[in-house]
Amino acid sequence: MVKLNTVFIPLLMALVSLGCGKKGGSGAVLASNAAQKVYVAPGEKDEVYAFMSGGFNGQIGVYGIPSARLLKILPVFSLHSENSYGYDEETKDMLLTSKGYVTWDDSHHPEISLTGGNHDGRWLFINGNNTPRIARIDLTTFETKEIIEIPNTAGNHASPFLTENTEYAMSATRFSIPIPQRDIAIDEMGKGKFNGSISMIKIDPKDGRMSVELQMLAPAFSYDLSRCGKGPSHDWCFFSTYNTEQAYQMLEVGASKNDKDYIMAFNWVKAKACKDAGKAKDFPGVYYNNYLPENLPAVATKMSGVKLLDPKDCPGVAYYMPTPKSPHGADVDPTGEYIVGGGKLATVLPVHSFSKLLKAVEDKANYTGEVMGIPILKYESTLAGEVKKPCLGPLHTEFDNNGFAYTSCFVSSEVVKWKVESREVVQHLPAFYSIGHLSVVGGDNKKPYGKYLIALNKITKDRFLPVGMELPQSAQLYDISGSTAELLSDFTTVGEPHYAQMIPASVIKDKTKKIFPLEENKHPYAARSEKEAKITRNGKDVHINMTSIRSHFKPDTVEVKKGDMLYFHVTNLEQDYDIPHGFAVYGSTQPNLLIMPGQTKTLKWEAKEVGVFPFYCTDFCSALHQEMQQYIRVTP
Amino acid sequence: MILMWKKSLSTMNRRLVLLAAFLMGAVYFLPLWYISLAAPQYPEGLGMYIWINKLSGGTPYDLQNINLLNHYVGMDEIVSSSIPELLYMPYVLVYMIFGAAVTFFLPKLYMIAFGIINLGLVAVAGMADFWRWEYNYGHHLNPEAPIIVPGMAYQPPLLGCKQMLNIDACSMPHTGAVILLAVFGILVYIVWTERKAYLAEQVQNG
Repeated sequence: MVKLNTVFIPLLMALVSLGCGKKGGSGAVLASNAAQKVYVAPGEKDEVYAFMSGGFNGQIGVYGIPSARLLKILPVFSLHSENSYGYDEETKDMLLTSKGYVTWDDSHHPEISLTGGNHDGRWLFINGNNTPRIARIDLTTFETKEIIEIPNTAGNHASPFLTENTEYAMSATRFSIPIPQRDIAIDEMGKGKFNGSISMIKIDPKDGRMSVELQMLAPAFSYDLSRCGKGPSHDWCFFSTYNTEQAYQMLEVGASKNDKDYIMAFNWVKAKACKDAGKAKDFPGVYYNNYLPENLPAVATKMSGVKLLDPKDCPGVAYYMPTPKSPHGADVDPTGEYIVGGGKLATVLPVHSFSKLLKAVEDKANYTGEVMGIPILKYESTLAGEVKKPCLGPLHTEFDNNGFAYTSCFVSSEVVKWKVESREVVQHLPAFYSIGHLSVVGGDNKKPYGKYLIALNKITKDRFLPVGMELPQSAQLYDISGSTAELLSDFTTVGEPHYAQMIPASVIKDKTKKIFPLEENKHPYAARSEKEAKITRNGKDVHINMTSIRSHFKPDTVEVKKGDMLYFHVTNLEQDYDIPHGFAVYGSTQPNLLIMPGQTKTLKWEAKEVGVFPFYCTDFCSALHQEMQQYIRVTP
Repeated sequence: MILMWKKSLSTMNRRLVLLAAFLMGAVYFLPLWYISLAAPQYPEGLGMYIWINKLSGGTPYDLQNINLLNHYVGMDEIVSSSIPELLYMPYVLVYMIFGAAVTFFLPKLYMIAFGIINLGLVAVAGMADFWRWEYNYGHHLNPEAPIIVPGMAYQPPLLGCKQMLNIDACSMPHTGAVILLAVFGILVYIVWTERKAYLAEQVQNG
């Protein structure tokens, strides 16, 4: 009965808040002020980039803030017919996995690379949840440059959370499975036959290349979210858990029984030391590492075997801090001292203290049990304090530059602003509706930029014009620069953004590349000038090293025989910003190519029938774009 | 008056001759002229530098992009190798610097006069030649060009700005030309001071 009440009351309150918050809460005077704050005059640029995960579209949406204009859909894990990402000969192997070509994923958490605990704007990492992968995007070209698959993992959700200087990206399992995979009755899940795993993905500081450094077996809980420490807590990462009950059916009840779940404190420096001391074992695990060198075809490498650490063999590598109740966020404040648990079914917001954690682990009296050699600590022993009655369904917390924290609350559909030191709630901000994550500019940094906050809402309902049953996801932009935060605007997002990161535009914009210099184009089939344009035959394969420039292709015409396989390697000879050329062939089963200045891209086309087939430029390039059309002749 | 031109230069003016030589040496490393093109589609602009021995773009790619635009109206491609003047102009400058060196060791005022005449001739001939190239580029158009505007020529201005279709072209002297002008000024200054000194001497000698 007690159980039912705790579920019912939040639901009732959620309904109440849905009912009375409808207007969006800003009077006419405020609204005009808000309009000024989001207005970016023609020709002016936004102050901030927002990178929003696409959720079930597998991509990333890039927005300008405060205008909330969509700047780009950045393809990562899913096919993108707009520019042939994942289809063309150059990028298709980016989506190769041990399960074959997996041309979709569920992307959740974009993470901008860090130096000294602050966003440095070099790379953007994002997880693929369904087929466990981490992708790295180069923020000079806004291209996915590398995707690494993570073996011995299911549900790569607590990922890819970065250490203070991007030494590692952490990845932990949402779904526990038998490791290694084998046939086990599912009801044996709780009997130690299933496991979770924590993976440390090493990031090369020079070129960002990723590799699996180490995996650690973990109890079969669901690892949900993470943050790594900074400053004093540099060596540690914190993972929230739910379903510590290890229920395997009807989790909505079964996984909600325990009064407290845990936040795992994981000492990654110690884990690495244990590996170096030979305590990790060789373990099977097949995975792919796919890398897209600049302006060359992707190189997909099949890898085999990892180093696996059993926490029993590395005492002190991890501790469990009890945290009420099914926590989602495990967020570290700018000083690196506080770890805020967002217990989504809890009525308080627990704030753990890193310095208390270090003291607590010294005294065995604080150990209340252990799982797989990982000690469980007394709740009070690591607790700095609780934010009392913050809201219903607290999920995720970020921080500003003035000592305030902002926690999203799904059930009561709001953002609460509270003071980190005193843990007092100072403001409730309604969100429309049912906010998931939130994002503050640099909100997980040592020095947050602050100023803007975005609420990433899960339910849209009546916020926009209806467009059938599937609605755009709704987001809200708040100004948090003043003493009271203020709602500025509503905007639609693409896919379902789970999390977003924001970075001042000044860190990135001047480093973005405008063209690929032709003299650096090392593509094996590049034609760097019209003189290099040629057709070569190798049996049935016909390679056409083709050039495109305003406003024609070379060679002028292509003649082949029925049954030939044509590879159009089109090099865009332009060396001018924003002059891409497109390339499409009648009857092609592959989408069109979009070729950036100086780039070479390949479209494969089979000469299935006799006749004359046009090809043309699909990206309006010049006054004579329409004339950029030529023919292939297929003879018997 | 003939005697005045035979006058030896003061130590100060000898040094100025040396300075003029060094300044002319610097012209090898600095562009002489700059032509900029602006159009609505080119908010960042396109530019072309003219050097003593070459042409170059405002960015490494501007020249290619200017040629891409020009080909629509049928203009010839602008490449350094098609302009022979750029091959021998460096030697003309060598001759001028050599003249300054000789003047340093033979510091007579008539050498300065030669210098002024030579520099003046080079400037006039250079500008005339520049105009001739601009005229040819602007008028020698491929009759099969995609865009033909009846009566339209695309000769850029010698100095100043001019609107041609959607493009606003401006032509301005750059550091190299300013330095050559300064060298000219130095030579004139030398003549002026030496003349003053000569006249003063005449008065003294009665």
